[in-house]
Amino acid sequence: MAIKDRAASPQPVIKCESVYKIFGDNAAALLRTSGGVVDAKAFQDAGCIIGVNNASFEVHKGELLVVMGLSGSGKSTLLRCISRLTEPTAGKIFIEGEDLTAMSGKQLVDLRRNKMGMVFQSFALLPHKTVLENIAFPLQVKGQSTAASIKRAMEMVQLVSLDGRENYYPRQLSGGQQQRVGIARSLAVEPDIWLLDEPFSALDPLIRKEMQDEFLRLQGLLQKTILFITHDFDEALRLADRIAIMKDGVIEQLDTPANIVLRPATDYVAKFTRDVPREKVLSCANLMEPVSDAPVSAMKVHQDAIIKTVAEAVLNESLPVQVVDDAGQPVGILNAKTIIHILFGTRGTQDMVR
Amino acid sequence: MRARLLRSGPLQLVLLIAVFLGLYFTIPAVEGNPFWRLPHLIAGWPEKINNAVSYLMFEWLPIDIYDPEIDDYEASPLLKEVTRGLSTGVLFSIDALRELLLGGVKTIAAFVGWDYARAHPDLVWPALPWTIVAAGATLLGYALKGKWLAALAAFATVYIAVFGQWEPAMETLSLVLIAAPICFALGLLLGVAAFRSRRVEAVLTPLLNVAQTMPHFSYLVPVMVMFGVGDHAGAIATIIFATPPMVRLTILGLKKVPLEVIEAAMMSGCTDRQLMRKVMIPAARRDILIGVNQMIMQCLALAVIASFIGAKGLGYNLLLALNQLRIGQALELGVCIVLIAVVLDRLSLAWANKATNYFADQSFVFRHKYSLIFAGIFVGGIALAALGGLIFGDGINYFYMIPHNKGITTENFWQSGVDWMVENWYQGLQGFNRGLITQVLIPMKTAFLGMPVMATFVLTMGIGYIVGGVRSALTVALLLLFIALTDWWDRALITAYMATFAVIVSVIIGFSAGVLSAHSDRASKVVLLLCDTFQTFPSFIYLIPVIMLFGVTDTSVLIAVIIYATIPATRYTVEGLRSVPVALQDLGLMSGANWFQRFSSIELPLALPHIMLGINQTVIFALFMVIIGAMIGTDDLGQYILKALSDKNGIGNGLMLGLCVAFMGLAVDHVIQTWARKQRALLGLV
Repeated sequence: MAIKDRAASPQPVIKCESVYKIFGDNAAALLRTSGGVVDAKAFQDAGCIIGVNNASFEVHKGELLVVMGLSGSGKSTLLRCISRLTEPTAGKIFIEGEDLTAMSGKQLVDLRRNKMGMVFQSFALLPHKTVLENIAFPLQVKGQSTAASIKRAMEMVQLVSLDGRENYYPRQLSGGQQQRVGIARSLAVEPDIWLLDEPFSALDPLIRKEMQDEFLRLQGLLQKTILFITHDFDEALRLADRIAIMKDGVIEQLDTPANIVLRPATDYVAKFTRDVPREKVLSCANLMEPVSDAPVSAMKVHQDAIIKTVAEAVLNESLPVQVVDDAGQPVGILNAKTIIHILFGTRGTQDMVR
Repeated sequence: MRARLLRSGPLQLVLLIAVFLGLYFTIPAVEGNPFWRLPHLIAGWPEKINNAVSYLMFEWLPIDIYDPEIDDYEASPLLKEVTRGLSTGVLFSIDALRELLLGGVKTIAAFVGWDYARAHPDLVWPALPWTIVAAGATLLGYALKGKWLAALAAFATVYIAVFGQWEPAMETLSLVLIAAPICFALGLLLGVAAFRSRRVEAVLTPLLNVAQTMPHFSYLVPVMVMFGVGDHAGAIATIIFATPPMVRLTILGLKKVPLEVIEAAMMSGCTDRQLMRKVMIPAARRDILIGVNQMIMQCLALAVIASFIGAKGLGYNLLLALNQLRIGQALELGVCIVLIAVVLDRLSLAWANKATNYFADQSFVFRHKYSLIFAGIFVGGIALAALGGLIFGDGINYFYMIPHNKGITTENFWQSGVDWMVENWYQGLQGFNRGLITQVLIPMKTAFLGMPVMATFVLTMGIGYIVGGVRSALTVALLLLFIALTDWWDRALITAYMATFAVIVSVIIGFSAGVLSAHSDRASKVVLLLCDTFQTFPSFIYLIPVIMLFGVTDTSVLIAVIIYATIPATRYTVEGLRSVPVALQDLGLMSGANWFQRFSSIELPLALPHIMLGINQTVIFALFMVIIGAMIGTDDLGQYILKALSDKNGIGNGLMLGLCVAFMGLAVDHVIQTWARKQRALLGLV
């Protein structure tokens, strides 16, 4: 999985250092006097609203970081700071090592034209342009010729399976189709960084599931560096390499889905994780026991396989199964008893996990 | 308990009316009593304005200008030179376009010099045969929208030609085609500037408010003083009058563009300019197009009124026909104006909505097919005109140019119709007319004129206070104080009485029609379409049929005003009622409420803020039309504005009178807008 390669790429694609965004006229001065320690009450009394409070994290190449939080938690504000649609009040943001906050207007336009693509919650399609024109828009803004941009847009239409609807106007499309256009538009310039702001929140559950599958398919194909915002914890678990959970502008915990479920850092995070089915989150590596001389069955499972997907097969075996890594070398064994416990037991998973 | 009672709106209103009536009957009507009429403290202002303007125009900041005739520099005031330069530019453009359509010598003379042009009388630009213009307009309609627009354009142009109104129509068209693009560009620019900078908006908003409530006539006086008389003055007055709605709707449209769309454009890497040009303006297109529609309407309305200051064209002829009571001719001219308005409006709409096809792999011929067809039309038209020259010989070449009033005319038909009506319906019409005047209008007028100024202020300020607190009361008071201190307070009362009468009738008709049609999809569509159509007619037109029936009386003016002002009342009622959420209507049904209960306790309260905005429009429309009514004889402010037009020193009077009317409109506007805003906030409709 991508996060395993983190050591290989030394420079993070996105890096935030103590980013603050506080809304209000005297926010900057107030922040300076408080020395970076934000007391929500005191700031509110001074007429300020806290968006993002001291956020520091890194996103590496090819990684999919999901920022999860309820409305008002500051997750969208954080994304808007990273795209510099809003100016952070304090802190530094680096995009591939370059200081975003210090960029001039022209540099910013260049960055957005070539490196960043963004998808919006309510699709944000240009109402006066057709599907094709919407997708070609970022290319035309860059100065590409109409013919070249339309040709590329047509490829994108095929990528998101909207063939035959390229001359429709946004108002003639369903929500799911509109968001496909939004996705195609954000990918038209082949950006390295893909920012998604609650892209599927406005869609019906069935369509949402379908779009998540589509999204995973595209990511498998394209391997972008992604910052994905959502308020849906299940969605976060389903998509993320790592999850950042935000509350009141603060990142409460940033970790892999398995660790968030198994070791919630705060009570707030625990509230989300309490009812999450463990078998959907944990991988074989999380539950395996060390390799021993005990007899094992002929069946092998990959260490990254999610328990839910292998549970039935493992339970059908009479002996423990071998857990192997990418090279096929055994790294542990998995007992049926452990799986039964995960599937049907109520408490105490922490003790079983390595 | 008592405190709460005092704060309840209806009770306050009853109290207010009681106080008003008390004052009305106790204050004696004595000259010099300041409770009866305020002293005319600012009666001298027009004089001062005149002096200031003539100083600015004729003395301020002299600069040296080279005069080729005496071959020397001569001192001339700056402003005069600026307006003169502007006039020359506008006049040249209008003449150039006009001569392209109708032929002439002025444009050529501008390049080769008049002496040369006079020496070579053959050097005349030939007119474009009307067949080419008509076929070209049809083709344009087809290219932009399809066969229906083509049919409309064809009908309009052929009608104009056949009825012998080609020349005046093209004169009007050349004025409008110069003024409208300038209005469009100016409106868009100012709108964008106001959207970008709060300071610009703060300066523009009050100007726009006054500009939109100033009656048409009052624009003419200052323009006449500064730019003289003629087509250019007409065009400049038109531009000043027609730009405000464009600005206003541009700002409105830009403000309505969703934030996410702007962000998406920024994330696509738009520069500020690209953002405005490729995203904001196109995304705001719906509102901007309404602005264009209103602008074209105003352009044509004013192109007619501008005939007072020497603009040639349909308006001038219409004015003549009305003055001579030639109803048939006026009617034909009116139809011409309406047709031009409708065609221009639809063409601009179709142009803005046109889609591009990227995939048809088109050949040269296909891509340029319309240009090629037009080239064909051009050649064909000239050939036809040449052929006409052979057929008609020395007579009129109908295939080239149908001279003014040499087409067919239905005037006699209409005239005999009018005669027939006068003969047969005279008793009935006159009875109605006399009855209305003696039983309703004169008593109402007397009642308005018998109102002591103190009572008026108590009533209006009281209403302002009930609706919007002290702030509104003071706003209304200041606006009215201006009028009360001039020496036209009585005239203003007459204007107010006419407008009030018209508004009451308009609102009753419009509201009933709106309520009756709002319950059926089809009926409301028909009514909205009718409103659209009637709104495209320049206000002037409504005078024609009523004069036909009632002659030159107050009744005629009032009926025209009522027809004109009923449009917004109807439209806003339908829109307001139709916008009540379906869920709430279903709630009414499921609660077992009957039709009346649903209407009175669900639909009406929710729709009322919007309906009130319609009534606001009705008031403004009525004021405008009452002033236009001055053309056929009234004795209110409008008549004085009209007089100022023919007065060399009329600018002070004209401006002050215009402001009087504008301030009346603004006072009503302020109260209704405040009420509607509060009510909407209360209902959570914002």
